[in-house]
Amino acid sequence: MLDRRRLLLGIGAAALAGPGLLPRLAAGAGKPALTTGLPEGVYDTADLEALPGKRPLIKLSYRPPNYETPVSYFDSVFTPNDAFFVRYHLADIPETLDAAAWKIKFGGEGATAPVELGLAELKSGFERVEIAAVCQCSGNRRGLSEPHVPGIQWGLGAMGNARWRGVRLKDVLAKVGLRKEAVEIVVKGADSPVLDKTPDFVKSIPVWKALDENTLIAWEMNGEPLPHFNGFPVRLVVPGWTATYWMKHLATVEAVTKPFDGFWVKSAYRIPIGRFPVTQHFLTQMNEASEPITEMVVNSVVTAPAAGHKAKAGRPLEIRGLAWDGGYGIRHVEVSLDEGKSWREADLGQDYGRFAFRPWNFRFTPMKPGVVTVMAKASNGIGQTQAEALIFNPAGYHNNVIRPLAVTVV
Amino acid sequence: MRSQLPVVTALIVLAAAVGAVRGEEKPVPLKPGPGEDVVAANCNACHSLDYIRINTPFMTGKMWEAEVSKMISAFGATIEPADAKTITDYLSRNYGKPG
Repeated sequence: MLDRRRLLLGIGAAALAGPGLLPRLAAGAGKPALTTGLPEGVYDTADLEALPGKRPLIKLSYRPPNYETPVSYFDSVFTPNDAFFVRYHLADIPETLDAAAWKIKFGGEGATAPVELGLAELKSGFERVEIAAVCQCSGNRRGLSEPHVPGIQWGLGAMGNARWRGVRLKDVLAKVGLRKEAVEIVVKGADSPVLDKTPDFVKSIPVWKALDENTLIAWEMNGEPLPHFNGFPVRLVVPGWTATYWMKHLATVEAVTKPFDGFWVKSAYRIPIGRFPVTQHFLTQMNEASEPITEMVVNSVVTAPAAGHKAKAGRPLEIRGLAWDGGYGIRHVEVSLDEGKSWREADLGQDYGRFAFRPWNFRFTPMKPGVVTVMAKASNGIGQTQAEALIFNPAGYHNNVIRPLAVTVV
Repeated sequence: MRSQLPVVTALIVLAAAVGAVRGEEKPVPLKPGPGEDVVAANCNACHSLDYIRINTPFMTGKMWEAEVSKMISAFGATIEPADAKTITDYLSRNYGKPG
């Protein structure tokens, strides 16, 4: 009897100490299919690894976790939740959070009626909306920068498209009450730094962006609760803007009357003034040299054929892909087969809304064996087009240079 | 044993609720050489060492120096100046631009 009890306590202790007894998804599932042009070190060290609740993704770093989505998953317009990329800045990421007990603190000196709201109160107290939107890391494709720049060496996969369901931040802020002096809304999540002196990952957005009808507090992604690593139980969703603002495990929302001076807005996530086609400026955070990164630049990716596919001469070949931008709508996608000398219109697929991936396809029949260089170029509704030459910046943001894809024809 | 099964199940379920969401972290090997231990001791506290390995081999000595400085000045890493030099030298030599 004593032995059995000790055995059970031993099992309990071991189970509490780590995931040893729990079923594990396939870890170390092998080498990923990486795009070309990344630093050599990525080919040496990146592996397909599965975080709990996720399929094997391309692991760039364990701690904090930075895992990107293999391009094959983008052949589906909506990125499966268990293939959605994972990015954290700080290593003290939360353990399992209790949705029923979760509270978001709304307040700040710019608010008139501070309040704490749980998920049940959000769900019952405000209109629910669902918006399809692309969540893309500011540094997606940094690994393809020329010359290379330090940072997380993302390939093509630090992005995903999902239907985000929640409530409008503006509706909640109407209840909280904003003073006319409020200039920014500061948002903080439940992840933390390891060291006291490391700046906590706290962001702010302009008050007008917080009051945009598309800015959401969301608890659902593609019809399911947010995966843990994508911000369970609730996160901020800022359609059109890069993912740095999409605060995960949202814990506090504060209206402030002075520009926020946190590191991750004042020093990080900034682009040089005048180098990128920006229409939405974070005015209270601009200086002469730089401004915070805001809306995404127009971009596209080819999802089929996969690298290494051998097309047959004389047979029709379909090129498929996605296009997206900062929310002005995709006007057209053009494809070149002669290294950019001439361009032809691709067919645009279903429109899921101006913030979502827009699918496109282009059919042609390669006649001769050899290599065909396929280039896709997306343009948006306000006349912005992908860059023909990389717009270099030391942080590796906004990489939307037109990418040639070599297709072998046999 | 059958009467203990609910307890064992409960403990496993509890374990699933606590501590089950951290991913598995495999050790990240670094190139052996002088200074490797100083790097591991100082850098591993905040992040896994694959941060170093993905940032290679394009980093010049000056770029590695700037990164180490950034860890200290922006991110609050407490690294002794002598150790910072050792770390920079190790990274430049092993994970830096050849030549």
